[in-house]
Amino acid sequence: MFRRSGVNNPFDVHGRSALPVWERSSAARVVPPARPRKLAKVPFVELADGRLQGVVSSGSDTGRVYVSSIAAGTYAFACSTNNNRPCGGARGSFCNHIRALVTEAFLQYGAQRVARYLKADTSDTEPDAHALVAAMAATRPAQGDTSAAAPVFSRLLRHLAYLEREPATGPLPEMQWFPPTRAAA
Amino acid sequence: MRTDLLGDPIDGLDEALAAVDAFDDALVTGLLRPQPAQTDGLAALAAALGGTPLAALVAEAADKAAAGAAGEDHFVALAAGRTALLGSVHDALTARVREATGRPAAEEPAQPVDGEEPVANVLSAARAWLCDLARAGWRGIDHELVGGAAPVVSAMLPEPRLRRQATLLDGFSAELAASCPGATLERVPVRRWADLWSRALLLTLPGAARTPAGSTATGRLLPLGVDVQEHATAVQAQVHAVFEPADGTPPRLVRAAVSAPKPDTVVGAGLWQLLRPRMSLLAAVSEGRAMELDAMPVTAEGDLVWDDARARAGEPAEPFATARVALAAAGDPVTAPLDRHPARLAVPVLLEGYAAEREDDGPLTFAVAGHRLAVDTDRVPAAGPLTPEAIAASGACLGLLRWDAGEFLLQPLAVETTVRKKTVAVHAGAWAGGTTDKAGVRAEKAATDAVAVLRERAGKLLRS
Repeated sequence: MFRRSGVNNPFDVHGRSALPVWERSSAARVVPPARPRKLAKVPFVELADGRLQGVVSSGSDTGRVYVSSIAAGTYAFACSTNNNRPCGGARGSFCNHIRALVTEAFLQYGAQRVARYLKADTSDTEPDAHALVAAMAATRPAQGDTSAAAPVFSRLLRHLAYLEREPATGPLPEMQWFPPTRAAA
Repeated sequence: MRTDLLGDPIDGLDEALAAVDAFDDALVTGLLRPQPAQTDGLAALAAALGGTPLAALVAEAADKAAAGAAGEDHFVALAAGRTALLGSVHDALTARVREATGRPAAEEPAQPVDGEEPVANVLSAARAWLCDLARAGWRGIDHELVGGAAPVVSAMLPEPRLRRQATLLDGFSAELAASCPGATLERVPVRRWADLWSRALLLTLPGAARTPAGSTATGRLLPLGVDVQEHATAVQAQVHAVFEPADGTPPRLVRAAVSAPKPDTVVGAGLWQLLRPRMSLLAAVSEGRAMELDAMPVTAEGDLVWDDARARAGEPAEPFATARVALAAAGDPVTAPLDRHPARLAVPVLLEGYAAEREDDGPLTFAVAGHRLAVDTDRVPAAGPLTPEAIAASGACLGLLRWDAGEFLLQPLAVETTVRKKTVAVHAGAWAGGTTDKAGVRAEKAATDAVAVLRERAGKLLRS
């Protein structure tokens, strides 16, 4: 579906752009679209508020989800249920929810964007998720507090609420500023 | 089509854009404590509007802003001045396109009708946020400032009359959020963000989003192609078509749009799935059919406000045949005054007899009649059979003529290529109504699964 284009990638700040002058373009592509991925395990992931954060489905209870996060730079991590019970696996080091979160973030945003956002030093140009998790774990990151769980969960609900909105046929002229792009993250 | 005219200089264009750029550069570092270069930029905008009805208003606003003392009304005046300048650029470009296509213009739209105004509170909250942005500048944005848009967007989304404002603010703020902190940005999309900022600011004014009084359309609709627009949380598909009125009046170009808010993980074929149930025209496009319209509402700008109850499937109609037979005589719609901006240009054209060229890794161009027209293959949606390779190998192209960053561009909607000595048409929007194409079916399945998971999660979590 989304093919990676080595040339003409409008997001490649060092390369040549398909558009003549990016700074003077009204249709400059700034944020690449999410790449398609399976959502069952990790229905929601985002790079926001200085963290890689998201919601991971519980393997055992379909009504339960875990809110997991890793902070950019420090890699301070947190994982708790939506009812604010701490995750049993996230004591001292990354739990499986956090590992799944990183894996799915790589799929959705591309490895480089995730690594760059987390300020992870990856000499590899195309780091893989396991290597990144191992590298971050090796720095012995601190366990963060779970105070971010509530806002992340409410962002998930806000995200899901988009599905509840009906399509409409009144024209939206402003969407002319948002062309699609074939270049994914 | 006289493509040779597209490369010729346009009188006054560079001067108008220089004033726009000078103002846009002032927004990069923000107007809280303007530096001399920024006050020059503000003065350039005011000077460019000298002699216009906005002159005094913009001059005063520029003075206040230069002193770091601009209030909301001043920011609105600056945004209005910038919009007026780009409106004049739009008009000059439209006149040039009309010379090139030789097509007639449709009638000027009437003045907008007075309508019920949506709630003002949320619009003033949006205005306050946008003014804070202008003070901070693109280099001054941080998560806290950008996050201020979220409650505004959440309050707007449930209100259908605020869909335009909500969709714009949502896309704009998501882009800013992904670019935080502004201080460490490698480069800034200077014109784009100034465009979005001024547009959003004007849309907070009462009546700005009002559409001009419309009428109804009865007759035959012949689709030319589909243009898709998307940001992380919204999608719009716009069908461009030739409308032949049943009363025998001249044919004209119209558009029919369908849009929806969406979660950012719904992409590709999932976009078609969201939009398809709301507009039967998408299926007609995939099947290569015309549609018969019966009193379909249409705005004075040529936008059909689609209602499935007012349309039924018609005879087969191939877009290239439509373009060859009917496009040259179809009148172009006229853009409403406040909507005039170069980014709005999307003029259906048929190009034949060109040489597709690509130098090294540069963009694809079509050389025709001594002029090289850049081809924006990136705008072709990924969830469709049309590829940059097919475009490069094509002999005829149906597309939208656009203008961006100082030059005209062609956005392909469909191409004709030769496969085993037979001419085959490939349409960007072929999957809009559904597909039996192998890759298409796979994409559809993946998208169905993604939405099913989200709906299941929403069912459990939103109501628990």
